[in-house]
Amino acid sequence: MEIPYTASARPDTGLYNAKLGIWLFLASEVMLFGGLFSGYLFLRLGAEDGYWPHGLLNVPVGTGNTAVLILSSVTIVLTWANLKMRNFALAQRYLLATILCGVLFLVVKLAYEYPQKFQHFGAFIKKDAAHEYEAYLGNEHLKERGMPPRYEISGHLEAVEVSLTGDKAALVTLAEEHGLEVVEPPAGEHGHALMVEGKADREKPADQKKGVSPALAEKIAKVPGVKIEAFEVALDPANADPKNPDNDRPHFLYRHATDKVALLHAKDVQWASSFAPKHSSYFAVYFTITGLHGLHVLAGVLVMVYFYFFGIEIYRKNPEHQANRIEVVGLFWHFVDLIWIFVFPIFYLL
Amino acid sequence: MSDTHATETLPGATPVHDHSHDAEHVAKHVKGYLVIGGVLIFLTFVTVWLSYVNFDELIGGHGWNFIIAMIVATFKVSLVGAIFMHLKGEKWTIWRFLLFTAFFVAGLFLLTLLNWGDPIFGTRHSTH
Amino acid sequence: MAAPITSNAHDDPHAHGHDDHHHELGFWQKYIFSTDHKIIGIQYGLTGLVFLAFGFLLMTVMRWQLAHPGTVVPGMGPVFASLGEFLKQHPLQDNTFDGWFWLRAVADQFPGGVMSADGYNSFGAMHGTIMVFFGIVPIAFASFGNFVVPLQIGAPDMTFPKINMASYWCFFISCVIMVISFFVPGGAAKSGWTSYPPLASVADSAFWSFFNGQTLWLTGMVFNITASLLGSVNFVATIIQLRAPGMTWMRLPFFVWAQFVTAFLLLLAFPPLEAAGIFQLMDRVAGTSFFMPTGLIVNGQPAHWAGGGSPILYQHLFWFLAHPEVYVLILPGIGMVTEVIANNTRKPIYGYKAMVGALFVLAFLSFIVWAHHMYMTGMGATVAAFFQTTTIMISVPSVILITALLISLWGGSIRFTVPMLFAAAFLPMFGIGGLTGIPLAFNAVDLYLHDTYYIIAHFHYVVAPGTIFAIFAGIYYWFPKATGRLLNDFLGRVHFFGSLIFINGVFAPMFLQGMAGMHRRWYDGGKIYEGLSNATVLGRTGLEWNTVISYSAFLLGVAQIPFIINFFWSMWAGKKVGRNPWDGTTLEWDAPSPPGHGNFDKPLTVYRGPYEYSVPGADKDFLPQTEAPKTSEKPLPTTTH
Repeated sequence: MEIPYTASARPDTGLYNAKLGIWLFLASEVMLFGGLFSGYLFLRLGAEDGYWPHGLLNVPVGTGNTAVLILSSVTIVLTWANLKMRNFALAQRYLLATILCGVLFLVVKLAYEYPQKFQHFGAFIKKDAAHEYEAYLGNEHLKERGMPPRYEISGHLEAVEVSLTGDKAALVTLAEEHGLEVVEPPAGEHGHALMVEGKADREKPADQKKGVSPALAEKIAKVPGVKIEAFEVALDPANADPKNPDNDRPHFLYRHATDKVALLHAKDVQWASSFAPKHSSYFAVYFTITGLHGLHVLAGVLVMVYFYFFGIEIYRKNPEHQANRIEVVGLFWHFVDLIWIFVFPIFYLL
Repeated sequence: MSDTHATETLPGATPVHDHSHDAEHVAKHVKGYLVIGGVLIFLTFVTVWLSYVNFDELIGGHGWNFIIAMIVATFKVSLVGAIFMHLKGEKWTIWRFLLFTAFFVAGLFLLTLLNWGDPIFGTRHSTH
Repeated sequence: MAAPITSNAHDDPHAHGHDDHHHELGFWQKYIFSTDHKIIGIQYGLTGLVFLAFGFLLMTVMRWQLAHPGTVVPGMGPVFASLGEFLKQHPLQDNTFDGWFWLRAVADQFPGGVMSADGYNSFGAMHGTIMVFFGIVPIAFASFGNFVVPLQIGAPDMTFPKINMASYWCFFISCVIMVISFFVPGGAAKSGWTSYPPLASVADSAFWSFFNGQTLWLTGMVFNITASLLGSVNFVATIIQLRAPGMTWMRLPFFVWAQFVTAFLLLLAFPPLEAAGIFQLMDRVAGTSFFMPTGLIVNGQPAHWAGGGSPILYQHLFWFLAHPEVYVLILPGIGMVTEVIANNTRKPIYGYKAMVGALFVLAFLSFIVWAHHMYMTGMGATVAAFFQTTTIMISVPSVILITALLISLWGGSIRFTVPMLFAAAFLPMFGIGGLTGIPLAFNAVDLYLHDTYYIIAHFHYVVAPGTIFAIFAGIYYWFPKATGRLLNDFLGRVHFFGSLIFINGVFAPMFLQGMAGMHRRWYDGGKIYEGLSNATVLGRTGLEWNTVISYSAFLLGVAQIPFIINFFWSMWAGKKVGRNPWDGTTLEWDAPSPPGHGNFDKPLTVYRGPYEYSVPGADKDFLPQTEAPKTSEKPLPTTTH
């Protein structure tokens, strides 16, 4: 038994099965991403003023990745065109190029962009304490400019100050496991008992300090008898110089934290974490949508790798069939590209 | 069993002869694909550039940057759809359900947003 | 009242010898990892029936609790009580695995053999989930669709047989996950079948981050959604691409149309629920706050979430699926009933084209009515007015469908076969379910009725004596095609009358309770409010009706026993029949019973519409779609192209 119209089109519909199938699948995907994007829009429009951040992502890298995906869209359509022209060797080369573009995109995302986020630290200041941090938030200035207020202070977490009611040993063990040290703060500085910071950080210049990873800060808070009293944060440019009009809408270039260090008292902080999904609605949607998009890229790459190595047999039997298969995976690949064209501006730029 | 589907015995069916995907036709399109790819990458840079302009100040009102960025993105997406995905000249069967899908997505967006636009008095925590 | 069953004239004993390319497959490929649409259909059907029974069992335990709150559940109660005694020697330590964790999860729901409030919530949530996503959709859509649709359109199989198999196995994985979720600490999901956050996002979060009821529920649903996505792509592609020569769109049997539209509903409505499921999974596993509002207090403590999310967003995404889902539940049922009615009234369906049109209008509107499930969220008047309007509009195509079926009965010489009994009972039952829904469309009325038993009665009338009766009609009707044997007529009639009487005993009193204001989520059936009101409805108080309902439910269970016996007994010992035991016109009756791999043993061409019964001038009272036209007959206007 054979299923008809796998390789050739049915005359009255003008379609072969897989093409119809992939378009139906894509229609469903449109609804899936439609649901996700509508969640984004719903949360964004419903967000309180000052709780939807700008410019926390690395725009040059994002632009590059967009270009890579567009390039791969061109190469996959050329793969198909060359199969149509019965030029198998060239088609294989274009297919390989597409696969490499997909892999490059994933590597940049997983090895560079995501890990950076987990090292960054952001704290939302309680509204009633915001005036105490005016030097970092610049809300007077923003008000003059008619812009929504800012409640978040972000940067590189250099140290946490803790008070201790129990045994110090557990804290020291945890710190040393992660290359940190527990020190007495400089005399009379803030009145807190202890500080946890990177080993020998004091002697290092600002851009070489190891600091405390935000995930570790959460672990420290869970050590029995330990209470985090304050965070020492090397500020991001926007918080270091909040009155500079250039920082009204923070710029979209990734910059290192400045030398300026702010002390955030834990009692004034409403919520603090790394730029992980739990940080805010913004990062929640960002990680969910780009994560799901990344899974789609991965799936496309896997299928193309399979076609790259095992396409020849089908091509020998019926070149048109192989061209159809590439057309179908191409349609999927263009869709992945198309989603990214929306993802890029709404997360990186707006 | 495939003989039960012999193509010439389909009464009531109008066979569609589609030459647009023949080899010589495809060869003509290759240059077009490269051009479209170039345009898309160019538009990517345009999007980045546009995001530096504060349209709300220029035009007045709210959310213009968002709207303009979405217009550019939609244009890019329609290029991808029309040219790379061959939607230009695609069969009506496919267009038909894609149009319904587009309508339902629009419904999902707009009707959920009504929730913000029409609150019971005093239940909204912030206004834009 | 014996059914006039005739053996088929063109039954061919050499049917199986035809396919020369047929090579024998091993047991695993033939029956387990099969790509044959008929086997997959039967796999879906059997799995679905098991879950239907399981969901029913959960409900009977709940019904016991409602009738006799706080008493030991008969049968299983004492077992769980002694299990609990035994487990006291092995208390749970620091949420770690030990040899007893899976038994403890179950026993904890029944301290001393009595159903706990958590257990009631858990069983209620899982009853809904299982009945909708693991019982009815797999049977009505996936099973009958897989088995019947390719046969009815004259296709050798589905367009993508391997994807079809993948669909079933995805579904199977989701079933396994759902069953496992009963045996993890805290038990299965207990936030309702709708899983509304923030309750669903915080439920069970004290247990392991992944192995807890709610997270497993979400994971299971993701697999379930994937399965239905793969299935629905296949259905639509098959119906568009693999119709036999001559099978034009207006010659499709109505069941195929119903499946076509249903597949589109699943294809386009399910993904937003998947999106909601992913969001909720992130809330639970990654600590995001998609659905967690700012300032949420849980158990007197500020919740450890960033906040800024919106629980309403979940409801929007959920009901964007779940309203079309209602039509996913009912449309295949209407399709099956249409086939059975046409066959047993021996006349064409009245208004075939109007019904097809109504199907599409119904499907289209079903995407823009969802928020009528959300009036209780306090939405604004404009939104409510919009959804009220569309909801009233959607009743028009529904009424067209049921009216066309009612008129189809008129003037027919009806054969009261067992499938026809179920199909005939479907009409008033679905009618009651549908008409009682109309008041609920109105915001003002809904606010009063929404959280009462009135709603329970309303939607159960649509799906239980509605869809499930249609499913039984379908099973009795197509069983001979699947097995080559008839189901026993006498046992079938016993099954039918028992089911009809007791199912009304279950749901009709709920209307009374609901209108009297009885809340639908009281785990003790309202016992704590006993004495506050002594108002009686038809001589009984609301609480006393609980007992009537519960015993009707138990008897409804008993009434299914003849069916179970019949099902297995007839598979081996039922009366053997040929290709066309019901004198049907549609293409599936041209295939051998049961059809071999590849379905048809000779090339097919379709010449006429699906329901050419009692054609004037024809020499028999039915003309199969494959029969070439003769000059003497006048084609029927509604069924010609």
